[in-house]
Amino acid sequence: MRAYAQSTCNETFVLNLGPQHPATHGVLRVKLTMDGEYIVEAEPVLGYIHRMHEKMGENRTWLQFMPNTGRMDYLHALAYNHGFVCLVERAMGIEVPERAEYIRVITSELNRISSHLLWFGAYILDLGGFSPLLYAFDDREQILDLLESVTGSRLTYSYFRFGGVCDDIDENFVAGARAFVTRMRERMPMYHSLVTKNIILMKRLQEIGPISAEMCRKYGATGPVARGSGIDFDVRKHEPYSVYPNLDFDIPVYTECDSMARYMVRMDEILQSLRIIEQALDKLPEGPIMPPKAPKVIKPPKGDYYQAVETARGSLGMRAVSDGTNTPYRLKLRTPGYSNLIVFGEACRGMLLPDALALLGSLDLVIPEIDR
Amino acid sequence: MKLSSIKQHLEAVPGAKVQETEYSKKGYLLDVAVSPEHLVEAVTIVDREGFFIETITGVDWLGEKEAAVKEAAAKAAAIAEAKAKAAAAKAAKAAEEAAAAGEEVPPPAPVEAAPEAAPEPAPAAPASVQIDDLEAVYDFNRYDEFCRVVIRVRTPRNNPVIPTISHIYQAAHWHERETHDFFGIKFAGHPYLVPLLLPEDADFHPLLKDFNS
Repeated sequence: MRAYAQSTCNETFVLNLGPQHPATHGVLRVKLTMDGEYIVEAEPVLGYIHRMHEKMGENRTWLQFMPNTGRMDYLHALAYNHGFVCLVERAMGIEVPERAEYIRVITSELNRISSHLLWFGAYILDLGGFSPLLYAFDDREQILDLLESVTGSRLTYSYFRFGGVCDDIDENFVAGARAFVTRMRERMPMYHSLVTKNIILMKRLQEIGPISAEMCRKYGATGPVARGSGIDFDVRKHEPYSVYPNLDFDIPVYTECDSMARYMVRMDEILQSLRIIEQALDKLPEGPIMPPKAPKVIKPPKGDYYQAVETARGSLGMRAVSDGTNTPYRLKLRTPGYSNLIVFGEACRGMLLPDALALLGSLDLVIPEIDR
Repeated sequence: MKLSSIKQHLEAVPGAKVQETEYSKKGYLLDVAVSPEHLVEAVTIVDREGFFIETITGVDWLGEKEAAVKEAAAKAAAIAEAKAKAAAAKAAKAAEEAAAAGEEVPPPAPVEAAPEAAPEPAPAAPASVQIDDLEAVYDFNRYDEFCRVVIRVRTPRNNPVIPTISHIYQAAHWHERETHDFFGIKFAGHPYLVPLLLPEDADFHPLLKDFNS
């Protein structure tokens, strides 16, 4: 690994990174104690966009909380929709029609690709390359148009319902999704030759920002961060939900533990998501999108329930405690970005500031999801 | 099987109540309740077995004990009422039989018997000194094989103190600060228990059920 701080004097100074810094993507503040260009100590300061979603959950009915789920991780909102509906479906024992499950998987995977594309563009922007962002947004736009045609919104979706989805997809959507899969497969080699194999990028990412598997375990890191550290963990395989067991896909795992490994995991995941979408479109059955006897009153029986789903950033956990009324008694949101960010304090110690920014970007932080 | 091994180890913790739960209904496999004194011991076992930490959170059980007392009283009252009804029915039947036999009927007797039976369950009431609990919930899971374990700790609401586990799992530094923000649970031994998500001078705990903004 790179040269780390070898302090020759004891003089340090405090540097505020954020909350309004272009490289932090949103309102994250990191209080850095610096020794020259080297980081001695880093303390992320949260709460700038804290909205207390968990308390909001206690003040509204189960269905009224649905729009909140789309407003935490605004880049992969459908995964949050998915986690919440699965949680209530588990608590109430609602059967979901197969067509609805396939639609959920297709839209959710499209959303995952759009999230990874935005991360890709913004990450290269952090590192000083502007043009890849424009290419990435070009592709992402296709997905947003597709999802808008079926969900009605471009970013903060609340499309899923307890028992199914609120609107069916039509032939135009299916054709559009297929066209996107073809287009994206052609674009990926271009991304790799434009960006991945660029010597500057390689020098900025390889062997920088080490996060070991043991660190992941102690901090509870999941998603591409853990998979870049050689941990084969993905909720879609590990604790299957929806129709993922019917679909054939791989979990990209890299063992280098550096920023490049996390970059490669996400790039490979785009291809895997395309595979999932293609198969799901082939297998898409006819039928209803809501169960014939969907319960009108949502009152899960007393007890507590846990549901995990894989978002673009890792394992999202939702825990609900129900007292049998139409309002949750307690709703806990375990967001993946929060656990992934805790690692940063330890991982960046002794690093050069620009390398630490490369590490911070490789964690793929979405601050509204971390602060909730 | 990791589940049976972790179950066996956690059962050895003094006072631990270990219960297997049905995954399809609950979303986790093992539900463990320990006392605050034995939390560190239980978490050390989980760590040694190679689990990763998912999250720490809390639940405020305000009014739970009063509700339990009320429920018990209601149950007792229901039983007494049922008994009284049965007695009344019996008496009525006896009276009917007697009437059928052509004898003189004494109607007031069963009616008096019922109100006497009802006030009996009253002594269960003196619950004014009952203190409700705050519960801290710890979620653990494995990377190699699905095995979600939930550890629960209860602490009285008027003085909620739970030992920290931040020296075992570093992630607990943040999760415990967040739980302290929201519920006011003090994690004894935590090196830096200042607000994380709330403003730095916050002295309120919004997820307490008696919190009003």
